[in-house]
Amino acid sequence: MIDFIVSVLTLTIPAGTALLLGTLGEVYAERSGVLNLGVEGMMIMGAVTGFAVTFATKNVVLGILAASLAGILMSLIHAYFSITLRVNQVVSGLALTMLGLGISGLLGKQFIGMPLPVRLQPVHVPVLSDLPILGEFFRFNILVYISILLVPLLSFFLYKTNWGIVLRSVGENPAAADAMGVNVFLVRYLAVMFGGLMAGLAGAFLSVAYAPAWIEGMTAGAGWIVIALTIFSLYDPTRAMLGAYLFGGVRVLQFRLQPLGIPANLLNMLPFLVTILVLVLISEQAFRRRIGVPAALMQPYSREEK
Amino acid sequence: MSVKVRIERRLEVSRTTQIGSILLSLLLSFVVIAVIFSFLGVNPLNAYRRILIGGFGSLYGLSESVAKSIPLLLAGAGLALSFKARVYNIGAEGQILLGAIVGGGIGLAWPDLPRGLLLPLMFLGGFLGGALWALIPALLKTRFRVDEVLTSLMLVYIASDLVRYLVYGPWRGAEQRGFPYSSPFSLSAQLPHLGTTRIHYPTLIVALLLTLAIYILLYYTKLGYEIRVVGENPAAGRYAGMSVERVILFVLVLSGGLAGLAGVGEVAGIHARLGPPEGISPGYGFTAIIVAWLARLNPLLTVLTAFFMGGLLVGGDAIQTALNLPSATIFIFNGVILFFIIAAEYLTNYRVKVEVVK
Repeated sequence: MIDFIVSVLTLTIPAGTALLLGTLGEVYAERSGVLNLGVEGMMIMGAVTGFAVTFATKNVVLGILAASLAGILMSLIHAYFSITLRVNQVVSGLALTMLGLGISGLLGKQFIGMPLPVRLQPVHVPVLSDLPILGEFFRFNILVYISILLVPLLSFFLYKTNWGIVLRSVGENPAAADAMGVNVFLVRYLAVMFGGLMAGLAGAFLSVAYAPAWIEGMTAGAGWIVIALTIFSLYDPTRAMLGAYLFGGVRVLQFRLQPLGIPANLLNMLPFLVTILVLVLISEQAFRRRIGVPAALMQPYSREEK
Repeated sequence: MSVKVRIERRLEVSRTTQIGSILLSLLLSFVVIAVIFSFLGVNPLNAYRRILIGGFGSLYGLSESVAKSIPLLLAGAGLALSFKARVYNIGAEGQILLGAIVGGGIGLAWPDLPRGLLLPLMFLGGFLGGALWALIPALLKTRFRVDEVLTSLMLVYIASDLVRYLVYGPWRGAEQRGFPYSSPFSLSAQLPHLGTTRIHYPTLIVALLLTLAIYILLYYTKLGYEIRVVGENPAAGRYAGMSVERVILFVLVLSGGLAGLAGVGEVAGIHARLGPPEGISPGYGFTAIIVAWLARLNPLLTVLTAFFMGGLLVGGDAIQTALNLPSATIFIFNGVILFFIIAAEYLTNYRVKVEVVK
């Protein structure tokens, strides 16, 4: 029994890591008031870039860095359209996803079926990885540890630092933040770029560590689960981790539960169903304020039309 | 002396400016896509030529473009209506699938009914399926003020999994040997085609009539007037005694129903069975967003934009086989065109004013 639980958990954490990385970024972007439905597109561009650069340079670190950069570049398109041009964020995000799926397909064609010469190796934490049973949890690759470390760091930044207050105030009441001397546009740009960086990392995790391979459309809707998880987590890094592992766990478990008569496809719906429920639960105004749902989400900011 | 650049909102946008902006945004899209193609090692002129020939250059290509424009028109005209009320139903893809499930389910359940009865029943069921699927975000929006963008989007993925569950599970045909397909539809559950083409003309006629009806509704009826006022300024609409909730429910349910009809058309007119969701609709519900936006939300123009996007899809298939490009290539067109449409909307609604201050 313990072996079963440990084996499910050790599969769950890597299965949830791409979701976690992506969600942490989207939480920050949405906290600044910008919804980015382009996560799927940024993630897949990260995946193909990470694979391509790792393939060409035989250097995983370069691949991961390039993937982050690709994510940032993609996010800048959305930032320009939604923050500078103030066009509809929903449409711009959808366009970004389409663009990412298209370009990655074309870019990755040459890599289909190619083995990666090097891949991100697991890091054996000294001493801890030798523990019986628990040792399994200390043999993940570096991106898994980074994603876990980022959770307390990003929570601290968000709630306990001045920068965090600035970020939240921009998503809450941009006009007031502007009056206090905050550069609303700059903060939103940075938050959206951080979202892009994290989505790029998530994509690289998939293509150079988790798979590791390039498969067209390999994110397979993970970007949309990130959008769902961002709401599910109520825009909070710690709950993002819980949610990411929960939904990662669902993906691991679906094949093991099938013999018990629980169809995998119905389990797959779960993240999206739960998200709709959460949306209903947080619809009450007083509750929204208490948990800090960014009040200015999806509202472009203009200094002239207040 | 300094130069001051100001951006101000335009009050009136003329029809010529609108059409000009559509054409200009398409032209600029093709320039940018050509640049992207060149970077990725694809000769853009060659690709464009293949797309043009593939989608519009032969009777066969044209007929395929028309066939693909049918679901795009049904879903796109409904979305134009919905977006006009500033109700952002982006879940047409899910509503198409529900239409396919309910309409296809009726076809599978009563295969022996006469065609003249079964096909109308399937369309009716498909309309209701799509409409009910859209009623969920509509009620959540009117009752709980939950944003329809996220709920309608989540419902797309729930609908996909529902289709997958059905065709891998209870609805899998006995003779399909493990493949995720239902049994084939009986002849009376299949739509007739125009000659040897894949144009299932009953759906096309329904689509054209409904598009015209939506145009008349939007511009010549009281309800249409309310939809436009609520879209421009909900507060003003409420002040004038209009029911914003009723408008939201109406546009979502109608656009969902139209998408549902598109789903029936695909399963009864093209596939003649139910299969995996990406087979029933390879993203028609999302492409329909472009159809609506490219038409600047004018229902009559969606006839043209649906045909254009349908042709682009067929052309995309052509470059896939002729130039050995992945099927996702066509998404580059979708993404870039969508970006340029919203940028053009910005440029036509605002203008840049340069003042010289002494």
